[in-house]
Amino acid sequence: MNSLSSNPSAAPEAPASVPAATVQRKHAWLADYSMPLLYIALFTVLALTVENFFSAGNVVGLMLSVAQIGMVACTMMLCLASRDFDLSVGSTIAFSGVLGAMLLERTGSVTVAVIGGLAAGALIGAGNGVLIAYLRINALIATLATMLMVRGLAFIASQGQAVGIANDAFISFGDARVFGLPLPVIVVAVCFLVFGVLLNHTVFGRNTLAVGGNPEAARLAGVKVEKLRVWIFLLQGLVTAMAGLILASRITSGQPNAAQGFELDVISACVLGGVSLQGGKARIIGVLVGVLIMGTVENVMNLMNVDAFYQYLVRGLILLAAVLLDQLKTRGAGGHRD
Amino acid sequence: MSAYLQFEDVSKVFPGVKALNGVSFEAHAGTVHGLLGENGAGKSTLLKILGGQYKPDGGRLVVAGKERHFTSAADAIAAGVAVIHQELQYVPELTVAENVLLGRLPTRFGLVDHKAAQQLVTRRLAELGVDLDPAARLADLSIAQRQMVEICKALMQDAQVIAFDEPTSSLSHRESEVLFRLVRELRADGRTIIYISHRLEELYALCDTCTIFRDGRKIVTHPVMADVPRERLIADMVGREVNDIYDYRTRPAHGERLSVRGLDGAALDGPASFSVRGGEVLGFFGLVGAGRSELMRLLYGADRRSAGQVLLDGKAVSASGPSAAIAAGIVLCPEDRKEQGILARASVAENINISCRRNSLLGGLFLRHKEEAARADDFIRRLRIKTPNREQEIRLLSGGNQQKVILARWLAEPDLKVLILDEPTRGIDVGARNEIYRIIHEVAERGCCVIVISSDLPEVLGVADRVLVMREGRISGELSRADASETAVLRLALPDAVQTMTPAASAAGHTPSRSLQ
Repeated sequence: MNSLSSNPSAAPEAPASVPAATVQRKHAWLADYSMPLLYIALFTVLALTVENFFSAGNVVGLMLSVAQIGMVACTMMLCLASRDFDLSVGSTIAFSGVLGAMLLERTGSVTVAVIGGLAAGALIGAGNGVLIAYLRINALIATLATMLMVRGLAFIASQGQAVGIANDAFISFGDARVFGLPLPVIVVAVCFLVFGVLLNHTVFGRNTLAVGGNPEAARLAGVKVEKLRVWIFLLQGLVTAMAGLILASRITSGQPNAAQGFELDVISACVLGGVSLQGGKARIIGVLVGVLIMGTVENVMNLMNVDAFYQYLVRGLILLAAVLLDQLKTRGAGGHRD
Repeated sequence: MSAYLQFEDVSKVFPGVKALNGVSFEAHAGTVHGLLGENGAGKSTLLKILGGQYKPDGGRLVVAGKERHFTSAADAIAAGVAVIHQELQYVPELTVAENVLLGRLPTRFGLVDHKAAQQLVTRRLAELGVDLDPAARLADLSIAQRQMVEICKALMQDAQVIAFDEPTSSLSHRESEVLFRLVRELRADGRTIIYISHRLEELYALCDTCTIFRDGRKIVTHPVMADVPRERLIADMVGREVNDIYDYRTRPAHGERLSVRGLDGAALDGPASFSVRGGEVLGFFGLVGAGRSELMRLLYGADRRSAGQVLLDGKAVSASGPSAAIAAGIVLCPEDRKEQGILARASVAENINISCRRNSLLGGLFLRHKEEAARADDFIRRLRIKTPNREQEIRLLSGGNQQKVILARWLAEPDLKVLILDEPTRGIDVGARNEIYRIIHEVAERGCCVIVISSDLPEVLGVADRVLVMREGRISGELSRADASETAVLRLALPDAVQTMTPAASAAGHTPSRSLQ
């Protein structure tokens, strides 16, 4: 036995954690802003290399093309952050558009059409919320069911036909310009602002992340988990209905088969933006970048006349790459101690 | 004689923390080497390096004279090193035999030869003196039995180094005895055993040699542990002298504040009533499954009650849920810190502020970030929470520091009246425990009611002014601090059938019926 080596003097009070902490803060900053920086780099490269990309017309067009996805991504972010899921948004867009168009046709009143569409969306959302929060149905299943039902309702209400819109006041929502920007672009910008503040500066946002991180711990810490969930889905339905009405205004009709697969685009944008599907992690700037990447890639592929078939392939690859990147980042920063 | 296992200047850095800082020590064949230290001292990190889960950032690991660089658990196993982790690693749906032989199941014509597998494992289990059915599914076994399966697996792979990380933390006294016998046999067989535990009695009984860690450094190795007095070990672990760990002080008694009347729910066997005075620490003792946590969850509104009422200062508290209880001034630190207490991926500051922030919103809506940051910093300093900064994710803190953060969450409540602590020191080291007891007494001195649930009998006797004992879903008795001896409490806690057993048999708080037969 020769293992006696007593050196209590070699143990100062504070471990050498100060420099490590600085390093960590630098890493955290990089991790925080890696996506926006990446997007700025991508944008610059495209502006320099792709013809017609960096023109006012194209950039505004790009933003307009992601307006719907952007709005719904804001509330989908809350939904994913609370460890839930919503597949019914595409159907809700179609249904609220159809309903708005029909109300417009019957009453001629823009107010009635807008309020009716929004109310329908909020109701669908609240219904999802009640199914998930109080009746404890898995969010994937619950919203899969409402997705089918709401799509069905859209077809039933319109008897499978597009409902035309002739009301100029309603149509002007889609192509009115404020400060030179189309109204939908302004609306999506306001959405990002409002939901950014909601997420970071209110109890509602913080509690949403807490519920996503650990629902039981959040409940025992005093969060009214069920109520919060219903509110999140209600907001989601409301904003989705707004997107549906704007879409109807832009295409001057309520289409029962509109926005198929839309839910997956929205979720992809959120995941691209670093929203964790395990809940508890979300950043509004990330979601904004996710939405912009989706729109930019599609826009560029259109400018370069890439075959639509290949566009699916590219979008899938980008999604995979983003998720892998995120995995590497968390693995680098991870590690448990005793 | 050179050591079988040597760590030389091993370091490991995590974001914000040096988990191991140039640690060197060696363990010899045919000995049991105990590792002691507070949570976060670096013991488990060391074992994870030994088991191939972590790669060290510096230093050498030498096994049987050969330098090793494990990059996976498989590497470690191939080199004859087996680590039995606190969280056991098994497949619950497979049988004992399949788990033991996982990855090396005998086959016949390409199909698993279940008969041969069972015979092999039966023989091995018999050699170990463990009576287990090789065809039983792991999911149906007790934790102790699963642990035996894990050990059996290590021996099947002919491990020469076997490391245990707090193996008895979820075992009953009798189950522990079986484990100790096995460890002694392995030592007699010439293997090198590394053994981590927080229980000093157990370490004295088992270990030949011990090494003490603190803050990621080795403090000292004692070649003959039996020669070292207990106080010396604790002082080395904590870094200062600890006299009476419970720090009990008598307090002036106030009038009754909390009154629980006929509370009943699915998990209880009949309605329960009790009351707590202001400034009183009420201890709740009982075996696991006696209904203590369940009763507290009913009180807190976390589970639905079928009958009964909770009165605080004469006013009824709404049963609508935890948020109503918190609003009334009743708070709970849950038993399962990881699953019910912490928001693992949120920061320390967020974990502190989550509840109390509702009282200081700007315009009733917006958070006051500066105030929240200041509050977090204040508690980190006052409760001596070890964290690089308030933005650190709480999951990266040690158990004791996580518990302090949860305590801070409730101490931040401006109108705290009743503090309920469910197993507040489970898995927490001596130093942090002492600080938690200090906080308990401070809260009581403010005139609050404190309820402490614990399966650790000395702890209940040490902190409480009065002890309530539960048995099989009912309150079975009440003892004042003066009357509450270990025997008196255990007499009330044990089911009638096993009251003839020695008191020590249940001191760990587990039903003896769950042992290994």
